[in-house]
Amino acid sequence: MRLWRGVILALAAVYFVGPLAAAAEFSLRTGGSGYGLGNYLAIARDPELRGALSTSLQIALATIVLTLALMVPTVVYVRLRLPRLGLLLEGVTVLPIVIPPVVMAAGMATVQAGAGPASRLFDTPLTALTPFYVILALPFTYRSLDAGLRAIDLRTLVEAARNLGAGWGTVLGRIILPNIRTAVLGAAFLTLALVLGEVVIARILLYVTFPVQVVVTGQTSAGVSVALSLASLVLTWLLLLLLSFAGGRGRRGTTGGIV
Amino acid sequence: MTSAPTVAPPRRGSGALARAASLAGVAPFVLYVAVFLGIPLATVVAGAFRDGAGQFTLANVQASLTSPQYTDAFGQSLLLAAWTSAVGAVFGLWLAYAVVSAPEGSPLRRIASTASGVLAYFGGVPLAFAFVAALGQTGLATRWLADAGVDLYGSGFRIDSLTGIGLAYVYFQIPLMVILVTPALEGLRPQWREAAENLGASAWAYWRHVGIPVLTPAVLGAALLLFGNAFAAYATALALVNGTVPLVPSQIQAALSGNVLVGRENVGLALGLDMVVVIAVLMAGYALLQRRATRWLR
Repeated sequence: MRLWRGVILALAAVYFVGPLAAAAEFSLRTGGSGYGLGNYLAIARDPELRGALSTSLQIALATIVLTLALMVPTVVYVRLRLPRLGLLLEGVTVLPIVIPPVVMAAGMATVQAGAGPASRLFDTPLTALTPFYVILALPFTYRSLDAGLRAIDLRTLVEAARNLGAGWGTVLGRIILPNIRTAVLGAAFLTLALVLGEVVIARILLYVTFPVQVVVTGQTSAGVSVALSLASLVLTWLLLLLLSFAGGRGRRGTTGGIV
Repeated sequence: MTSAPTVAPPRRGSGALARAASLAGVAPFVLYVAVFLGIPLATVVAGAFRDGAGQFTLANVQASLTSPQYTDAFGQSLLLAAWTSAVGAVFGLWLAYAVVSAPEGSPLRRIASTASGVLAYFGGVPLAFAFVAALGQTGLATRWLADAGVDLYGSGFRIDSLTGIGLAYVYFQIPLMVILVTPALEGLRPQWREAAENLGASAWAYWRHVGIPVLTPAVLGAALLLFGNAFAAYATALALVNGTVPLVPSQIQAALSGNVLVGRENVGLALGLDMVVVIAVLMAGYALLQRRATRWLR
């Protein structure tokens, strides 16, 4: 048993760290045979990349706020009042894992081409992409919040607060949110990662977001693309890891809440 | 400040009315999903049955199912989804089991759970670049293998082939499997094992009669999601080879961007409809399995 555990952990380490290490080595190469940070500094030199990054960060912020505003009350409500709907909610929120983004994009492109008032939504990347990225964020947001709420005694907390006269806004904002902050932040960081990585929808609808610009840059200077995509991956992971150590200290279940 | 309402399930009023009222709480979520997931899908389905002039036709769907270019793409997409989900499910389950047997809160648990979240949901683009850096023609691993006497490219391997893309897919399939099966593995209660041992069961008998039957629905359900995930994925292929692979999503993109033939957009939508049908069948299976899985694991 011990042996098999060691075998899979070693295999996983090689398979998962290998390509990332190769990417790191590649991103540090400079023209000749030397190494340097030149590719990582491209973000400061290249106004197109900077502009795209700023667009994507705005979309990420809007997506995080909208996703949490939609999901926190819904998941809390279902756990308190309609526990039987939990399975259905899980089933619906898992859909974006299997629905092809290319099909979503095809539907959106058709709506965009129509003359209706809905096509105004597609005027800017922020208004066009945010609502759909909220959908893509549902699987891990639901899982994260559900695990976070599972780890606290929700019903007792809410009843105590309500008996002391707290309104639902106070209960959500001052009782529930602080108790599930690890889960909420975990969902937020993964949403950031999602927005910094989604290319299919943005590319088909011809919006220049950060990942799209990274792919375009990659056709002329591969080193820059490798550097920037690796940096966004590793930074997100470090954020999540820090959060896991900071937030999950000693409390069962809250670290699992991150995914 | 005077009332002291409780949050217990509603008791007042007639059953049906109270039920309807309590369902109102999920209305924003239902509405949101209906609009922003439902409308794009409905648009695809409706467009699949229209010709360029907006008249009803079955020609698009027929073309999407019979034209060799598209049936080929479906074959390749299904094949890719099948092998990457099988490999991902086996290794993901094994890895998840190894991780779960570490104590909760240990660094291994934290690293595995955070890393699998990032890789499973964010994978696409960085992965494509990482794999080119590792296994591309001038990649690090390629050079090392060459030094060790293994000529990867001489033996016909290419990173932008379907095999190469599949290798990158496994990289996000394994973490997704870890995420999906970890709750099921954690749900195996130690008491069951103790009870079995007290009744004289061997480790094998415990797995044969308790562990495997309890886990099977959850594992199969997760494997179905992995299949759907790979079938739907396109970001890696888009970043790796700019979409020039014979997979269904790239055919859809080609049809949509009109660089095939004018008036082909609706065939693209018909291909989208075909994909949705495949996914719907998968999800029906998933729902059945999920109902069985939660019988013991809650």
